[in-house]
Amino acid sequence: MNEISKQARRYGMIVLVHLGVVILWQLGVSISNIPDYVMPSAGATLLSLGEDYGWVHNTYVTAVEVFGGYGLAVVVGVSMALIFSWFRIIETLFMPLMISLNMIPKVALGPLFIVWLSYGVSTNILVAFSICFLPILLTMERGLREADPDLIDLVRTLRASRWQIFTKIQFPGSLPYLFSGMKVAVVLAVAGAIVGEFIASEEGLGYLMLQVQVTLDTAAMFMAVLLITLVGVVLYGLVLLLEYLLVGQTAKEV
Amino acid sequence: MSESFIQLSDLRKTFKSRGEEFLAVSEVTFDVKAGELVSVVGPSGCGKTTILKILAGIHTYEGGSVNIGSQTNPFDPSKDIGMVFQQPLLLKWRKILGNVLLPAEILGLPRKESLDRARYLLEMVGLQGFEDKYPHELSGGMQQRTAIARALIHDPKLVLMDEPFGALDALTREKMNLELLRIWKESRKTILFVTHGIQEAVFLGSRVIVLTCGPARMADNITIDLPYPRLLEMKTHDEFGKYTRLIYKHLGMEDSEGSPSAITEACRID
Repeated sequence: MNEISKQARRYGMIVLVHLGVVILWQLGVSISNIPDYVMPSAGATLLSLGEDYGWVHNTYVTAVEVFGGYGLAVVVGVSMALIFSWFRIIETLFMPLMISLNMIPKVALGPLFIVWLSYGVSTNILVAFSICFLPILLTMERGLREADPDLIDLVRTLRASRWQIFTKIQFPGSLPYLFSGMKVAVVLAVAGAIVGEFIASEEGLGYLMLQVQVTLDTAAMFMAVLLITLVGVVLYGLVLLLEYLLVGQTAKEV
Repeated sequence: MSESFIQLSDLRKTFKSRGEEFLAVSEVTFDVKAGELVSVVGPSGCGKTTILKILAGIHTYEGGSVNIGSQTNPFDPSKDIGMVFQQPLLLKWRKILGNVLLPAEILGLPRKESLDRARYLLEMVGLQGFEDKYPHELSGGMQQRTAIARALIHDPKLVLMDEPFGALDALTREKMNLELLRIWKESRKTILFVTHGIQEAVFLGSRVIVLTCGPARMADNITIDLPYPRLLEMKTHDEFGKYTRLIYKHLGMEDSEGSPSAITEACRID
């Protein structure tokens, strides 16, 4: 079997399994007597998109918060890791602090952010950022330290500059670590944005969920969860694509 | 060909560990001629690697002198050293060809010539057709061949090998020994080959420097009077056995009565 049809089969399986779950969901709900407000069917959930809940706008707002917080976390996390690896003294001083900060349940900081910044999209970006930037920093920092000392010696005998060692050995070597951190961070960023919206907001899918909960429109709540998931899946897909482009097939090593 | 290329004289090196200073290398004196393959053998952690790293300019030393090169055969430490370690240390995100090219890139050598030379070297180490593979697609022996090709890409005058076949299985190791002798013959490099394999040291070297440890001192500098090309069957010759017995004796490992000496306990450097 050639490579392309193997791939096609693999993706076909993924789609089939997901479709299967949706069908089971639909069948399960329609043959049982569970009331709609407890467990809406797949069809009812889909139909809730027809309601005037501002789906497009709310999804857009949540996506902006997730992508914004995540993008900021990648930029800040990677930059800090680079600074740490270039200036050992800064690393010695601040790395223990970062590890302590990592222990704080960032969700608990949400109400504080709102006190300091009032509520809104930028506050939620900050919540998403604060919850997901540490894993990126920590994995990247680890990756930059991974270069084998003998290999560094080998290139030092050739009088390699610090920049050459960084660009040819340390940085590419750290990428698989960075991407493992970035994948964990996707889930965290989505959770961060939604928590921000739960605490205080007037738009976004998290906000919408609280609104429709009052009227027991469970189908719309399901739809909101699905859309939140979709935002996460799209971001995850982009990260995988970036990983494929930058790390390629050697990624399976770590 | 017969003038000295490396002259080590009374080399002394100390390390500091937890405030205590200890002697790692002491009174090591030997010469290596240009184009010679010299083995350095000794127990683990007896400072063999330290001597290699001093020659590579990675470690400093406290006493004695190190001279590499001569008027007629000048040596540029930044361009004339190739190194091979026990681990292949390949960049796993680069294909084999890219790995071989790494030193050429660092030295800023012309791309076109380097590519040609990399292909030539890969053929020499028996890896033609593997240029576009990634390291993880190759066996341990093939990865180590890649490391050898990488050590030769910038056409260095001196190749320093630190137990390069130590991580390979016994059969692959013997095969690689034969390969190395062939590569040495073709490339005419000066090679310093550090190993703890006594058979390997005798089989490869035109001379064997024997180190004992705690600190590393030179026990002997044995000229191995076996003709090249060396053949595996030579390992069964009396002459070969005479050399290995002599080295075992220097390392305090004799079959006669008595304990196998204290060297193993005394050596905790590395």
